[in-house]
Amino acid sequence: MQIEFTTEELQEVQHHISKYPEKKAALMPVLWMAQKKWGWLSQDVMHYVGELLDLPASHVEGVATFYTMYFKKPMGKYHIQVCTNVSCMLLKGKELYDYTSNKLGLKHNERSEDGMFSLEEVECMGACGGAPMIAVNEDFYEYMNNQKVDEVLDNLK
Amino acid sequence: MMTEYPRIVLPDIPDLHKIEVYKAHNGYQAAAKSLKMTPDEVINEVKASKLRGRGGACFPTGLKWSFMPKSTDKPKYLAVNGDESEPGSFKDRQIFEHNPHQLIEGILIAGYSMNLKAAYVYIRGEYHKWVKLFQDAVDEAYANGYVGEKMKSTFGTNFSMDIYVHKGAGAYICGEETSLMNSLEGDRGYPRFKPPFPAQVGLWQMPTTVNNVETIATIPPIMNMGGVEYAKIGAPGHPGTILFGVSGHVNKPGVYELPTGIPLKTLIYDICGGVPGNKKIKAVIPGGSSMPPLRGDEIEDVLMDEESLKKYGTHIGTAGVMVMDEDTDIVAVTLRIAHFYHHESCGQCTPCREGTGWMDKILKRLVAGEGSQKDVDLLLSICDNIEGNTICALGDAAAWPVRGFIQKFREEFEAKVKDTRVFVAPNVVHGKRLSHKDLVFKV
Ligand SMILES: Cc1cc2nc3c(=O)[nH]c(=O)nc-3n(C[C@H](O)[C@H](O)[C@H](O)COP(=O)(O)O)c2cc1C
Ligand code: SF4
Ligand code: FES
Repeated sequence: MQIEFTTEELQEVQHHISKYPEKKAALMPVLWMAQKKWGWLSQDVMHYVGELLDLPASHVEGVATFYTMYFKKPMGKYHIQVCTNVSCMLLKGKELYDYTSNKLGLKHNERSEDGMFSLEEVECMGACGGAPMIAVNEDFYEYMNNQKVDEVLDNLK
Repeated sequence: MMTEYPRIVLPDIPDLHKIEVYKAHNGYQAAAKSLKMTPDEVINEVKASKLRGRGGACFPTGLKWSFMPKSTDKPKYLAVNGDESEPGSFKDRQIFEHNPHQLIEGILIAGYSMNLKAAYVYIRGEYHKWVKLFQDAVDEAYANGYVGEKMKSTFGTNFSMDIYVHKGAGAYICGEETSLMNSLEGDRGYPRFKPPFPAQVGLWQMPTTVNNVETIATIPPIMNMGGVEYAKIGAPGHPGTILFGVSGHVNKPGVYELPTGIPLKTLIYDICGGVPGNKKIKAVIPGGSSMPPLRGDEIEDVLMDEESLKKYGTHIGTAGVMVMDEDTDIVAVTLRIAHFYHHESCGQCTPCREGTGWMDKILKRLVAGEGSQKDVDLLLSICDNIEGNTICALGDAAAWPVRGFIQKFREEFEAKVKDTRVFVAPNVVHGKRLSHKDLVFKV
């Protein structure tokens, strides 16, 4: 696979660089772009991002591994996140996580063989008022229960 | 009938996120007014309001702004803290969604008063949707000439500044102000030693102020009504309105803007509809997971402002109120909190890295019914070793709730203890520090 941004994407990279007094600061936004495009951050992708921003690959890797939302391995087309932190836990978030885990046959940070789903037990997502909550990729689903999890997941194709 | 409370940060106006609607409701007038004053006059107004930061530490905002050096040619920055990752906190998100222009306007006023070059708004990565919503509002503000070069002609001044949005990527620690700066610079989010403080050496080594989203969004109403008027709202020592995020065992969880000093019982029973099943309250965390809890039987007279909560050994923090009913397993909650801080420790300081790990392990053992009598005291001694001995306040944030829950619910911890005689060895043997696993010998 050729790892390269399109001309348009490279313009976006330039835009990110222009926001900060130093090029290095564009690293997080460019890693987000890379993850969006390639799904996860492989060694090759990190290397490429480093070249774009004149940063050693080791620095890019250090940053990518520090932040949990940058994927260091392929995740599912639908990344299911279930919060089990306190507000969610008080309203059966842990049980909801176990239910989801059984339903998908996946454990924390595992991906299904067909690549459709991955599962993550997450820390507080900032949706405590809608506890218990799950997120599918970028979207939050609040006031969840087992039945609603069924509805959300069964509708994902 | 319910009492009417002032709502100035999240007013009840439909579609306020749209710039036309915001403008129609006096929007950007506070900036226009402020930019006609001198920068010092603006800072004095903020001082007069007695506004204290909403990011957790309650630091007086006007005072913080006055720390920024005035006679310098260096570029100066504002970092707006929208990392909002403290469990139980979900309030800043409402501002991004419902009143983003007031945040932008607050940034402009802050920027003018400290003569800033730019502001970076750091938003946690999980808030994908709110990053987009807020970026849209910033783009709209640029297009309407309120931000950037064009603001000079809009406001008829020489001052202009830029606003940029920066998306985090999942790290609670990045809410700590120096970690946030490292993260913004494209590094790992390791906290920095203080001093030097950000006002001297901040983003890219330049003078920087860090403020919470809600703090900055409160500035425009302060400038509109005047600091002295604002200081009359709520509790005198900690005035204004606060966005309380209430979660857990209440009938109507959510974010409510209320004056400081409101009775906790009013908040829980009148505003949030009480506890499901009319159950009793066992515990309330008043300000996000790092704040020590209140016991259910002591909430009778508790008022929700910093000075009042201090009397109960706790703090307003991020005003994330977590309510726990009588059936809650306190030790399990403490474990969940300890586990979180262990997971989020950046690992730079030994007391925090090791201490959070030990607390997590010991609490796991207690919850599993395999702990010993001494474990409870061991937890407290780990707290002693963490508190005050670390680079950043995450260490304290991890220790406070553990200490607080043990102090207030010791009987629940002891009830979990397995009934066997246990010998705990001293934790240094032949000069070698042992991990807790090595220490306990069952006899
Ligand atoms: C571990 C840790 C996490 C923090 N997280 C946040 C956060 O998510 N949002 C925030 O505004 N402040 C957070 N703070 C506090 C900031 O360091 C800083 O005090 C605050 O942003 C200052 O804003 P204020 O003066 O307007 O309150 C955190 C502090 C620590 C020690
Ligand atoms: S106290 Fe903890 S989180 Fe803070 S710098 Fe030290 S190890 Fe990192
Ligand atoms: S505890 Fe689950 S979203 Fe905050």
